[in-house]
Amino acid sequence: MQATTNLLIRQVLMPVLLPVLLLLGWYLGTRHQTYALIPQPWDVAVEMVDLAVGGINDDSFSSMLVTHLLASAGRVYGAFLLAAGLALPLGMMIGRLKLAQSLLDPMLQVLRPVPVTAWLPLSMIVFGLGPKSAFFLVALGAFYPILLNTVFGVRSVEPRLFEAAAMLGTKPAAMFPRVVLPAALPGIFTGLRLGLGFSWVVIVVGEMTGVPTGLGAMIMDARQLSRTEVVIDGMILIGAAGFVSDRLVMELGRRLLRWSPQHG
Amino acid sequence: MVEMIRVESVAKSFGAFQALQGAELQVQEGEFICLIGPSGCGKSTLLRILAGFEQPSSGYVFVGGREVTGPGPDRGMVFQDYGLFPWLTVRQNIGFGPRARGIPRAQIDETARRFIDMVGLAAFADRFPHELSGGMKQRVAIARVLANDARVVLMDEPFGALDAMTRERLQDELLEIWARTKLTVIFVTHAIEEAILLSDRVVAMAAGPGRIISDTRIDLPRPRDVASPEFNALRRSLSLELHPPTAAHAPI
Ligand SMILES: Nc1ncnc2c1ncn2[C@@H]1O[C@H](COP(=O)(O)OP(=O)(O)OP(=O)(O)O)[C@@H](O)[C@H]1O
Ligand SMILES: [Mg+2]
Repeated sequence: MQATTNLLIRQVLMPVLLPVLLLLGWYLGTRHQTYALIPQPWDVAVEMVDLAVGGINDDSFSSMLVTHLLASAGRVYGAFLLAAGLALPLGMMIGRLKLAQSLLDPMLQVLRPVPVTAWLPLSMIVFGLGPKSAFFLVALGAFYPILLNTVFGVRSVEPRLFEAAAMLGTKPAAMFPRVVLPAALPGIFTGLRLGLGFSWVVIVVGEMTGVPTGLGAMIMDARQLSRTEVVIDGMILIGAAGFVSDRLVMELGRRLLRWSPQHG
Repeated sequence: MVEMIRVESVAKSFGAFQALQGAELQVQEGEFICLIGPSGCGKSTLLRILAGFEQPSSGYVFVGGREVTGPGPDRGMVFQDYGLFPWLTVRQNIGFGPRARGIPRAQIDETARRFIDMVGLAAFADRFPHELSGGMKQRVAIARVLANDARVVLMDEPFGALDAMTRERLQDELLEIWARTKLTVIFVTHAIEEAILLSDRVVAMAAGPGRIISDTRIDLPRPRDVASPEFNALRRSLSLELHPPTAAHAPI
């Protein structure tokens, strides 16, 4: 009984405490200002319903939530998969092969500090104004966390495990699949999780110019029309989508990495 | 008696540092040898050369009549820090060697089951290493080299990290397995008592440079009584050999 109460407090009450206080402050701060720049919580909630099912404002935002959300999610996951498809094999090669390291590592390290936003103009020239450019930026954003963690993961295999595998008769060619890869899995997984999280950050930047749909596009449109309640709804949606997406990956990791005390 | 291990004037240096010099050792099949000596005298180095993890700087090492050129499944190693694969269950860890050697699936399962039973871990067969105690982990490490048909088992202070009670249990279990399988065992330890309790021969080493200084046959009947006068006499003479009274240690 005591334990259940404690769990309830820790897992339900504590996490919602700050949001509730924030909401309260927001309400108190905006309640007497009818024409304020920041809308009241209630207006934001009503607008969210209109975004979802329509029937309230009947404007260009009504019932568009699913469309925007799916457009963004499609780009996020598509670009993330592309990034993972490139970063995983590259990271494994850079981590384990001297040749790949001296060939690729210096260039990738010099490009790494360049922020994704700095690529925006160039990407628009190369990929044109539109979804392709957004896709590229997201993929670029997800690429580095995955790459770096994969390199780190395949490099930090305990030497003892190679000895154990060798004395049990593992051939050198079999070391990679049987020892390096499983040992590196927690690191790789961390990279994938960070990469996907960063994808949701970058997608908004990517969709802000020349893209008709997506949560980023919605936020930009709403900004130009001074529809701040839509902007806030967009922010909430991105936060929620990123959160759910992270939870899914974590769940996957918990199943795959049951053996690891840090994940299991 | 068949000769199982022959070490011929083996030396090993790391850079300018002489870790091992002029090591000579012959071991018969089925013998239980303990290597003992102070820290840094080259016990692990000699063992790792036998395992094939290190190449001798000079000299030769033969196991089963063949020169050792690298690690191989005929020489199983049990490490003090276990060296289990954390992503594999007990069952899979024990099946790792047979699987690496391309043994058919059904046979691997059967072998794994047999050796899980041998070390008494049936109830933990599907646990991961981080869910086991140190003693259990070391049982898995032993089972895994036995399941791989190793003819020589090299053990580097395998019970060094365990508490006294677990250590005694595992010593008994090891002796029982050894008596049943007639494996050849090279067992590194710091503890004189452990060496006398377990081995047919105690090979003592000294540091600076690392070398073998004596080779004592232990003829006491098994199971051995650590409190018997014969046991104590051996303990005393080995202790003298390993820590000879020097001026530095003499009372002032
Ligand atoms: N890879 C290496 N590089 C340099 N020096 C080494 C290496 N391996 C061992 N040594 C040195 O060789 C000497 C013997 O080492 P070894 O590990 O064989 O000692 P040991 O008898 O096993 O000691 P302990 O009882 O502490 O385990 C030590 O002085 C050690 O520092
Ligand atoms: Mg040692």
